[in-house]
Amino acid sequence: MAVFWTNILLLVLLVFILGLVIKTRRLFAVVILAGGYSLVSAAMFVNLDAVDVAFTEAAVGAGISTVLFLAAMAYLPAQEKTTRPGSAFTTIAALVICVGAGLLLVMAAIELPAIGDPNAPAQIHVAPRYLEESGSFLHIPNVVTTVLASYRGFDTFGETVVVFTAGLGVLVLLSGFTRTARSTKRDSEGEDGQ
Amino acid sequence: MTGPLAILADSWNYLVVICLMMGGLFIVISQQNLVKKLVGLAIFQTSVFLFYISVGKVAGGTAPILMKATDVAYSNPLPHVLILTAIVVGVATTALGLALVLRINAAFGSIEDDEILAMKAAASVPRARRDASSSEGAQ
Repeated sequence: MAVFWTNILLLVLLVFILGLVIKTRRLFAVVILAGGYSLVSAAMFVNLDAVDVAFTEAAVGAGISTVLFLAAMAYLPAQEKTTRPGSAFTTIAALVICVGAGLLLVMAAIELPAIGDPNAPAQIHVAPRYLEESGSFLHIPNVVTTVLASYRGFDTFGETVVVFTAGLGVLVLLSGFTRTARSTKRDSEGEDGQ
Repeated sequence: MTGPLAILADSWNYLVVICLMMGGLFIVISQQNLVKKLVGLAIFQTSVFLFYISVGKVAGGTAPILMKATDVAYSNPLPHVLILTAIVVGVATTALGLALVLRINAAFGSIEDDEILAMKAAASVPRARRDASSSEGAQ
């Protein structure tokens, strides 16, 4: 029961942070709120027995992501512009799309097995084999590590390739960027000074 | 316990997580600021992670780290592995998105979607005319 109520509390907190993100106009606040969102979801992962995921989310989602956002914010305007015509239509269209898609997902979700059901198809397909055999087979107590590095090593290799490609993309996009940013900044400061 | 209350008790996480997902999607569609769009994307993503981890939860279970005792119920390790991969890929895509936003800001001096579109529309028409007139001049 404690798991249930902690879950409810954390979910309420997540919805609250989401509302603040939608409402806030200052981008620094938005970025920090996103970091908070990641941290609260990391707490929720602990509550749902996913400790490995929790510390990865806390380190990568709440840590590195926020640092990346803040580093980018150094070159970006700190405030979102508020006055714009025709945004009411976009908001209504977005609301219609989100509510429609959300209703479809809810209709699908209530058909899913109950949360925590040990006989749900997700729990009885391959997971028991990993849990029962990996200990005597590979002698690593942490099953998540075993599956990640051994049973699904190729997946992890693919992940590394994706991260490498993304890093390469960032490098190509930002090569010579700081120089251009500095010169444009100097130009704009010159214009402001006049 | 039957009816809507039972459904709520059975799938409490799924329902709230769907609200969070749609909130993230709403930010991506409705907000014009590119940084805020990326934050919305990150929120969408984290909500999907929460969904997966909820699927893997076993009632009365514990973290899938093997113990000496034999009568222990472990939660499903497979979603955990998938989401570990997804988190790292997620931060890579966020970095790429931020790099794109930085280049867009350097090129247009704005990170508001509607302003950039207006600028592009304004810039593309004269260039087309200029190209047409220069080709006519060459003939």
